[in-house]
Amino acid sequence: MKKQQILKGFWEQNPIFRQLLGMCPTLAVTTTAENGLAMGLAVIFVLFFSELAVTSIKKIVPHQVRIAVYTVIIATFVTIVDIFLKAQFPQISKNLGPYVPLIIVNCIILGRCEAFASKNKLSNSLLDALGMGAGFCWGLLVLGSIRELLGAGNIFGFKLMPAGFNPLVVMILPAGAFLVLGFLVALMNRVEQWKT
Amino acid sequence: MENLILIFISTILINNLVLSYFLGICPFLGVSGKMESALGMGMAVTFVMTLATSISWLIYYLVLERFGLLFLEYIVFILVIASLVQIVEMFIRKYSANLYQSLGIYLPLITSNCAILGVALFMVVKDYSFLEAVIFGFSGGLGFSLVLVVMAGIREELKFADIPKVFKGAPLTLITAGILALIFMGFSGLGGG
Repeated sequence: MKKQQILKGFWEQNPIFRQLLGMCPTLAVTTTAENGLAMGLAVIFVLFFSELAVTSIKKIVPHQVRIAVYTVIIATFVTIVDIFLKAQFPQISKNLGPYVPLIIVNCIILGRCEAFASKNKLSNSLLDALGMGAGFCWGLLVLGSIRELLGAGNIFGFKLMPAGFNPLVVMILPAGAFLVLGFLVALMNRVEQWKT
Repeated sequence: MENLILIFISTILINNLVLSYFLGICPFLGVSGKMESALGMGMAVTFVMTLATSISWLIYYLVLERFGLLFLEYIVFILVIASLVQIVEMFIRKYSANLYQSLGIYLPLITSNCAILGVALFMVVKDYSFLEAVIFGFSGGLGFSLVLVVMAGIREELKFADIPKVFKGAPLTLITAGILALIFMGFSGLGGG
């Protein structure tokens, strides 16, 4: 049960490839592997503490205002992340820009708070947060790596392509984000077909 | 004045919210299957976005900045949007049954539409004046509606296409959006960049 709780976010219910949740940050910041990883870690942090807070107060929040309460909780943790990034990693904070505050409306976080943390006990909610967050994070990392590799010939700034490689600049542009993600989701569907 | 026209055109075509800032992708993927719902959603978003941007601007510059409360920015913005959606819904329900019928079901979905919060945040980043911010919100909504309607038109046709099974659904929609984004890149020469 415990193991499944974590693993489901990795594959079966992967937020990016299977549920298609949280698409704005997924597509916007994955121009490089580094940005993708930074966004993934920020989401893990916010998801973990939001699910912790939501599951702790689930009994005292009136049903009608729960969404508003969850949103304020999430916004608080996002503000913490934003201030932390600005102070410690100014370059990353600049790269991610307004997409850090946009984590507030990332549907994965509100979705997991409402669908899982508000109905389950503390330990399961925390495992759910870690699993879903990690699933989201590796999705961003893969997407960012592919786009950086094809669009600039690097991964994490290290040159990987041979010298004669002509970068496909379109991969770093918005259009490339849609195309790469579209093909990745199709690939996932193909893998699922093989399994059955 | 020239400045305002430039913002208007560039927000709709060049820096389109969906295709170049990736804002509002969830509704973009979700409701772009049918032309009718795409239109309804587009109108509702344009309406709320214009109002939300104006009110957020006033609160940001007249209250938060003046009293040194900028760390509350995100919490205040999201509360403004959520309460605005609620008020608009109540107002429409009371005064216009027709409008409520066509926009009503889309309104609750708008709170979690990142495009609205996104526009409010970008307005601060770009340091717009009040009038510029209002135009930015309005044209952002129009640009969103335009792409949504175009996408719905394409997807209605694609229903009858014979495509490989693994591409059915989300992958095909994403790739179509990618091609659409490529097409919109053609506008980038407008207005001197």
